[in-house]
Amino acid sequence: MNVGLQARKFDAIVVGAGGSGLRAALELARAGLRVAVLSKVFPTRSHTVAAQGGIAAPLGNSSEDHWHWHMYDTVKGSDYLGDQDAIEYMCRRATEVVIELEHMGMPFDRLDNGRIYQRPFGGHTQDYGSAKMAMRACAAADRTGHAMLHTLYQQNVKARTQFFVEWMALDLIRDAEGAVLGVVALEMETGEAMILQAKATILATGGAGRIFAASTNAFINTGDGLGMVARAGLPLEDMEFWQFHPTGVAGAGVLITEGVRGEGGYLLNKDGERFMERYAPNAKDLASRDVVSRAMATEIKEGRGCGPEGDHVLLKLDHLGPEVINLRLPGIREIAIKFANADPIKDPIPVVPTAHYQMGGIPANHLGQVVAPRGGDPEVPVPGLYAVGECSCVSVHGANRLGTNSLLDLLVFGKAGGEQAVADIRAMPAAHKDLPEDAAARPLARLARLDSASGGERVAEVGAELRKTMQAHCSVFRFPDMLIEGVSKVKQIAARAERMSIQDKSKVFNTARIEALELDNLVETALATIVSAEARQESRGAQARADFPERDDKNWIKHTLWYKEGNRLEYKPVHLKPMSVETFEPKVRTY
Amino acid sequence: MDRVAHDRLKWKCRRGLLELDLVLGRFVERNASALDEGELARLGELLELPDNDLWDIVSGRSDLYAAGLGDVVARLRAC
Repeated sequence: MNVGLQARKFDAIVVGAGGSGLRAALELARAGLRVAVLSKVFPTRSHTVAAQGGIAAPLGNSSEDHWHWHMYDTVKGSDYLGDQDAIEYMCRRATEVVIELEHMGMPFDRLDNGRIYQRPFGGHTQDYGSAKMAMRACAAADRTGHAMLHTLYQQNVKARTQFFVEWMALDLIRDAEGAVLGVVALEMETGEAMILQAKATILATGGAGRIFAASTNAFINTGDGLGMVARAGLPLEDMEFWQFHPTGVAGAGVLITEGVRGEGGYLLNKDGERFMERYAPNAKDLASRDVVSRAMATEIKEGRGCGPEGDHVLLKLDHLGPEVINLRLPGIREIAIKFANADPIKDPIPVVPTAHYQMGGIPANHLGQVVAPRGGDPEVPVPGLYAVGECSCVSVHGANRLGTNSLLDLLVFGKAGGEQAVADIRAMPAAHKDLPEDAAARPLARLARLDSASGGERVAEVGAELRKTMQAHCSVFRFPDMLIEGVSKVKQIAARAERMSIQDKSKVFNTARIEALELDNLVETALATIVSAEARQESRGAQARADFPERDDKNWIKHTLWYKEGNRLEYKPVHLKPMSVETFEPKVRTY
Repeated sequence: MDRVAHDRLKWKCRRGLLELDLVLGRFVERNASALDEGELARLGELLELPDNDLWDIVSGRSDLYAAGLGDVVARLRAC
């Protein structure tokens, strides 16, 4: 039937083997279904491994707590852009998914009485934003993500999930009615494409932080699921919202803890001026993250950045002396020497606001179903398609995410998406739907283009230009002139990416080919981000605009939907009504 | 090292932690062509470690690695 590609059938395919993908796969495998998990790298090397902080859940073990307080904190943290029904759902299922993980063998830190120890974390409070912090974060030392991945991977092996490691999904297969019937994927070892047919396709490909030059994300985070969805004609939601950390090592992305400024380190521009004194005369370098990030971005934009490109500022701490640096800031000296080539005992560290987490993504409801506008309804499920974890936009994080809510998101919606897929698969006929004749046309055309093009654009150069442009034009603080110019630059880069070519055309384990395919996904993600950011004329959560410094609840309590075709934008309402409780009305956000 | 072996090694250096992506990437760039089979095997052994354990070793916080891997560890630490 289909253009000679080999096809394999499964009940469900999960693309991505981080926390959310593994949690979804486990639900399906335990239900006795045939599940294939595709991953570019070995599952326990997914980026979830980098999560340190913990998992938020109102267990109330270490302080009094309630899911409704957690819900309030999350709605407020989202700057009132989060869907309140989905947030209620997440907070009410938090205890269940954490206890379940405990029973699977997750090595949580414990109290003397044997219960899970919980610690405080920024933005999590008692009694609806009172001054008292809630102790809500469940952690396994500073390796929570690592422990979670290993626990979930072992459970999947036990439940007989099938892993396809070093496989990259290329594109979705949709039929004439729009239902998703599986994916076309590339086996890296052979370089051959294959059709993987399924009744449920679950995208769990994580964030796409590699669109920025300064990013804490691992190299694998290239937004593969986002690219697949965009090319399939479906929208991406709220892509303008990215969480940044003020101080990552310039050119590397590795974080320098805020503790450095807490101990007395401060920021300098190219004139050697301690510029935070101008922006925050009292708090100076200890002002809140967003104030510091915006000040740094302003200095760089106004030509006072350091280095040959004027693209970073300096973090000075030599005045603290070697003893303080070595004793109170362990590891910082090693990181600076290794990644900034600067010994902070003598030299300042070049730093820049650094992308960390993607709040937007593939539009999904609280059951993990991917939803898109159809016939006047803004949220009609796309049959057979689900999205969970950082690649999805449920939207529980809205315009900004609270620390420790991301691991909770992975568990709750990984499980919910798995449950919904199980129910949907059981309601379907035993036989798989027939594949359309052109099932593999799009990915095969992408591969053919790479295999035949010569003398075109180089992948590494186009990628570097994309990251540099996104960093300069659409990072933590957004200026109107830069955004407008940035949109046109990214469109030009997208056109260059269409003309990419690779020198070595061989198929067997050709990483140049993989990197070219990844770049397609980065380009879709970057376009979605900058077009959405340019259009949103307000500052809310992680979107800070110099020309619209205020939140505009009258016009902008709505979700952005970006479509690849024509770079078109639509909007859809925010779910302000929770499932069982009263709406938390938008208020001015203070911490 | 042939192109396929080089690419396989490069991909094994794609990790969950950015720190390792950076250090291992540099290592491959500087050393890959000069690695003999023994060194390659010892590097392969290190790359099987979980990301956090490997980063603790590479950053010098831990010396918990098998005897005989010291030469490769030292070169990784210098990257």
